[in-house]
Amino acid sequence: MLTSLSTTIYRRPWLALLLLLAPPLAYMLVFYIAPLGVLLLNSLWRLDDFTGQVVREFTFQNYLALLQPANLEIFLRTALMATAVTIACAIIAFPLAYYVVRYASPRWKGFFYLAVLLPLWSSYLIRVYAWKLILAKEGIITWFFEQLGLSGLLEAVLSIPAIGGPSLSFSSLGMFFVFVYVWLPYMILPVQAALERVPRSLLEASGDLGAKPSTTFRYVTLPLAMPGVIAGSIFTFSLTLGDFIVPTVLGNSSFFIGQAVLSFQGSSGNIPLAAAFTIVPVIVMIVYLLIAKRTGALEAL
Amino acid sequence: MKASLGLKAAAFAALAFLHVPLLIVLFYAFNVEEAAFTFPPPGLTLNWFAVTLQRPDFWRALGLSLQVAAVATAIALVLGTLAAAAVHRTRFFGRETISLLLLLPIALPGIVTGIALRSSIGLFEIPFSFWTIVIGHATFCVVTVYNNALARFRRMSKSLVEASMDLGANSFQTFRYVLLPELATALLAGAMLAFALSFDEVIVTTFTAGQQQTLPIWMFAQLTRPRQRPVTNVAAFIVIAITTLPIYLAYRWTSRTTDVH
Repeated sequence: MLTSLSTTIYRRPWLALLLLLAPPLAYMLVFYIAPLGVLLLNSLWRLDDFTGQVVREFTFQNYLALLQPANLEIFLRTALMATAVTIACAIIAFPLAYYVVRYASPRWKGFFYLAVLLPLWSSYLIRVYAWKLILAKEGIITWFFEQLGLSGLLEAVLSIPAIGGPSLSFSSLGMFFVFVYVWLPYMILPVQAALERVPRSLLEASGDLGAKPSTTFRYVTLPLAMPGVIAGSIFTFSLTLGDFIVPTVLGNSSFFIGQAVLSFQGSSGNIPLAAAFTIVPVIVMIVYLLIAKRTGALEAL
Repeated sequence: MKASLGLKAAAFAALAFLHVPLLIVLFYAFNVEEAAFTFPPPGLTLNWFAVTLQRPDFWRALGLSLQVAAVATAIALVLGTLAAAAVHRTRFFGRETISLLLLLPIALPGIVTGIALRSSIGLFEIPFSFWTIVIGHATFCVVTVYNNALARFRRMSKSLVEASMDLGANSFQTFRYVLLPELATALLAGAMLAFALSFDEVIVTTFTAGQQQTLPIWMFAQLTRPRQRPVTNVAAFIVIAITTLPIYLAYRWTSRTTDVH
């Protein structure tokens, strides 16, 4: 029985393909693409202010609401944070990845690989919480600055309007540290993978042709490592765009996209507006992915 | 050639940056203090371990998270392996589209998946349950299994399968006795990753869980509205302990086989 079934399938490659592909494709269509469609549909409906019910009539009022200054500010704040976090992650990740790929012995390579993965897999919330402890007013960083006699410096930084706050654990600066910390491994791994793929022969050729190591780095290594950086930036950028945990735990009352979506959906039950709000990061990320695809970065994921 | 001192320092500083906060959170589990985060802690105690282990809500959340992660991983294992097999054996079919489709749930912000599922749950009036949580998790777990399985398929030599068929095995026997053993470690690594992702997920879960609390949801509630603050420290300690060991083991198993190129 099995053998004849096997033969039937073997003779018809398209049937085998269909059987293999149908379950994962069906799952993704039903539980991912269809809900995205529902989301898009919802963003074109509206909430009746009196009954609190969703009215299924097409309207662009949610999208017009996005243009209100308060909402534009939320998008801008989130996008700025995501950009800053991505750049900082790239700057910290690159030397680490470069050192591991170019100079570390195989033993150390394994150690580094594990050392980057471990924090990634030890709970995200716990890593955020760790920083809440570190950044708290009575916490370790304040203590450290006191020991060094630099409390004044910390105060000065915290008094800068846009990035400061009552303490590091309630400031944009603190939030920035935490975002960089939690997403850093997502940058290190693809950059490391890209650097691994830079052929040594190219580096030798560049050297043979008389390039100084810094020239080789600038014109050979860096361009070839860029797809890795872009691949990493997809994660760091997207994860920051959609996060509501870090702004809730460390932020002040100014909203990020994730918090706004959560509150529209939760307390006011306004799913249409929440839906329209999420369409913005979706469009941003799709454009980002299309650009990344052209650089070949998606192959590096 | 030796690395410059600056490069070495930058690399090890980044490594320290990744690990020192975890050590600090482990250390705080022994803190006697109840309200603040004063450093250095006024004293150390094991008392809060006892308190945490007696909290039924902690155990419920841990139990639910383990169950959800197990089921989501099982779904991801089946779907991810099938998709990888399909994409591996055909060159012409819209394989790029399929890769992109599977990648989307992790490339788009989690809040998108969350609110999309939430609005569908609302539209079709589906009651919140264990399964609404699992479905949300499985969508982004599939890609980890898929990536690992596909990479292993690419390294496998076609001749093994052909030899098996020549010796009279049917497709199912070939899968069971030839492909599966070859795939096993890759699937294990993919499954570990999927399990870890699901066990840790909070953003999507916020939208797809009704009253039920997975461990991350419970932790988040502890962070924003703590009932006993030191319990959070101990819970953090326990979670780090139970995630670190399996990950280390998985790494040891898979690195032994994958390092042979």
